[in-house]
Amino acid sequence: MTIDMSQFHQVFFEECFEGLEAMESGLLNLDTGAIDAEVINTIFRGAHSIKGGSGTFGFNEVADFTHIMETLLDEMRDGRRKVTQPAITVLLSSVDCLRDMLTSIQAEEPIDAATVKKYKTALEIELTGSATAAETETETETETASNPPPVIALTTDDSTPVADEVEVEVEVEVIEQGWKIAFCPYLDLLKTGNDPVRMFRELAELGDYTASVNTRDIPDFYELDPEECNISWILKVVGDIPLTEIQEIFNWVEGDCELDIQPLAIETAKPLPVRKKTEPEPAVAATDQPIETPAEVNPEDDESEVQGADDEQANAANVILVDSDDELPVDRRVASNPVRMANDGEILTDRRAAASSSIRVDTTKIDALINIVGEVVITQSMLGLIGENFAIEQLPQLQRGLSQLERHIRDMQQSVMNIRMLPISFVFSRFPRLVHDISAKLGKKIELKLVGENTEVDKAIVELINDPLVHLIRNSLDHGIEMPAERVAAGKPETGTIELKAYHRGGHIIIEIMDDGRGLNRHKLIAKAMEKGLIPENSILSDKQAFELIFMPGFSMAESITDISGRGVGMDVVRRNIQTLGGNIEIISDLGKGTTISIQLPLTLAIIDGQSVAVGNETYIVPLVSIMESIKINEKMLNKIAGKGETFRLRDQYIPIIRMHKIFNVRPKNQSETSEGVIVVVEGQGILCGLFVDELLGPQQVVVKSLETNYRRVEGVSGATILGDGSVALILDVPGLVRFANRQLPVHSLNA
Amino acid sequence: MAQAFESKGTEQDNTAQYLSFSLGSEEYGVDILRVQEIRGWEPVSRIPNVPLYEKGVVNLRGAIVPIIDLREKLHIPFTEYTPLTVVVVLQTNDDTKTRVMGVVVDSVSDVITVDKTKIQDAPDFGTKTGNEFISGLVSVNECMVILLDVDKLLKLEELKMSEG
Repeated sequence: MTIDMSQFHQVFFEECFEGLEAMESGLLNLDTGAIDAEVINTIFRGAHSIKGGSGTFGFNEVADFTHIMETLLDEMRDGRRKVTQPAITVLLSSVDCLRDMLTSIQAEEPIDAATVKKYKTALEIELTGSATAAETETETETETASNPPPVIALTTDDSTPVADEVEVEVEVEVIEQGWKIAFCPYLDLLKTGNDPVRMFRELAELGDYTASVNTRDIPDFYELDPEECNISWILKVVGDIPLTEIQEIFNWVEGDCELDIQPLAIETAKPLPVRKKTEPEPAVAATDQPIETPAEVNPEDDESEVQGADDEQANAANVILVDSDDELPVDRRVASNPVRMANDGEILTDRRAAASSSIRVDTTKIDALINIVGEVVITQSMLGLIGENFAIEQLPQLQRGLSQLERHIRDMQQSVMNIRMLPISFVFSRFPRLVHDISAKLGKKIELKLVGENTEVDKAIVELINDPLVHLIRNSLDHGIEMPAERVAAGKPETGTIELKAYHRGGHIIIEIMDDGRGLNRHKLIAKAMEKGLIPENSILSDKQAFELIFMPGFSMAESITDISGRGVGMDVVRRNIQTLGGNIEIISDLGKGTTISIQLPLTLAIIDGQSVAVGNETYIVPLVSIMESIKINEKMLNKIAGKGETFRLRDQYIPIIRMHKIFNVRPKNQSETSEGVIVVVEGQGILCGLFVDELLGPQQVVVKSLETNYRRVEGVSGATILGDGSVALILDVPGLVRFANRQLPVHSLNA
Repeated sequence: MAQAFESKGTEQDNTAQYLSFSLGSEEYGVDILRVQEIRGWEPVSRIPNVPLYEKGVVNLRGAIVPIIDLREKLHIPFTEYTPLTVVVVLQTNDDTKTRVMGVVVDSVSDVITVDKTKIQDAPDFGTKTGNEFISGLVSVNECMVILLDVDKLLKLEELKMSEG
């Protein structure tokens, strides 16, 4: 019996998370003031089907919990109860709690009874009390020492942590005895001169301390860079220690690590499924990260996971990504497939291996595919008929059949690709909550506009673009949009606007994040960069170059680091992630008027646009995205630089030349290799470079195949593809090639 | 996998079947359960900056498969490829994953059934003769067949990335 049921669990959970999401967005819509019966209905339906489902599957805790929510919603729906801000807040946090419960069940972990009880009580109070009574009560419940902002639970004040806790202890019956610290340094922590051991020693002085080390991310020995920190720790310090003392220890590494400090609760000795999302629980509010929305938690966890891989990926550029398509389905894909799953930060980590990846596809897409398959079958039988008794007179008919088949197959390819395409709303839909929570915390008024949510993009990209977007939006929220008073003073509307827009252009999807905030101050940026020694003194930079500075590793506007945007991934990581996806990121900013960040991404990773080039008898594919232009060249245009190779002048710039013959040891077609040829000007990691090839063979779309499946990684090559004649051509990895060439040049100059 | 087949496929546990092929005047054998297919030689796409015996890659029904010249790998003088030259496509287990690779040999001879107890260890000629790939020697019809260990044979050498 249980086995029978458990096969439906996956579907049940997917549906639940979907329902929760619907409830969440519904509640957020209510939040804006306009009370719409239809919205309440949607929320109610969500709760109702979760209740029904969990009852069926015997998850009684969930059913009971949802029942109370449902009762509350029912009264709202019938107009017996007013929809108040506190009620919405309680409901929102209940949604989070419900999500926690479900993830716990999914992970087969015990449900955190204390938290559930707390929310249950909150709901019951809301239910029994009159609207006003409930308001006061919730307030006392969640936060006694609060200033009375409208969104009580979400704006817990972290400046008085100890006081908060004491009050909570009574209600939640959880006695705090110490702290659990998840400390996950970035790879370059050691290079900043920080020594984790020193910090641990200091921790040990504070109280009884235990550490567990996570060595999962350590690469193979030969890939190991001793200067990188590949391990992370979970530390437990037991004792009556003020949070500030712990924070002080980690002060120096802020920005170089993922840090999460949680109180240890005795009752729930198990590292709580409570996790970070339980905003209104003051205990959590007492940490340095008072608000953790699901969407917020997720990137951090993901980031730390992917972090190790990141650097390798940077080397291999497209390769790894393409691979991940083939080889890491579990690792990446699963994460957000039913995208809601991605909402549960930690659990996910453990469950990644277990959960299977599935995709929800619009039936019209499937129908279209089946139609085409039908066509193909018909064409095939027609061709078969011709083939049986072939007479030369039938040649035109045969040709017609073949061209028809070709067309159908192309259609088929397209519609199969289409199935992998998901609307970008899978990513966008979690941002309203993020913006809602963060703006409440910052005390800013911000409206989020979503445009083009139905723009479709490959599933792999949908999953990988989330973290960078979260980071960029947080940046906009924190640094971009000014405080209301400041905005009014500047003659802008009090409410700031962030517009998140997606649309197709060419073979790309463009995602834009526009805010009408204060914009980037180029003078400040330049000054900061000079101060940090990132650019030489007295450099003169264009606006574009100045804005580019924020992508430089190690660059941060220190004055503006907060717990919202100073601690996550840096902009350099954002850019690197986007580049690994084969994309581009650009900033346009108008001081005082706002900033627009635009991200350009390929629609899919499996097929790329390439330019095939001939080098000797070999054919290589250069990804079209990295090509700036191609120039026919002769001897006179080349300049030799002693010991450093060759350059040529492109308008006002001298560009180094990489001779493909030399670097790949290919015998040139004709002996006069120096004089005749084409220079393909490519950009890799911000460096312009000219690839010297024999000739251009023409652009074509290529299906990316991994070289590593059966073979090995080859430097300067990101993958392979199969050409029309069945032969294999290598796809060049431009950044890798540039790096490779730079290392090679000295060697060659010795030989020369 | 291969192990399971090995015990099932042979009537007695102490025999094994090998595919034998020739390289110059020598006869070699590989475990037949590792042989995926035998193909004629066809031109490969060269891979830059890898050892000489790694000839390149070919398209094997959509998979990119590397081709290794066994003569060069075993330091036997290279000969031009002829229409008789064949590629034996082998499966190899490299730590965790299974790879498919092709090896170029002069010609395929036979499938031989070998009594496992009759397999001798290869005599030690010192280190430089490529002894590490040899799993044993066996005599078939008065001829010596050198049995190769596929996994060791096809383990790719680590490349020093900075060297051309």
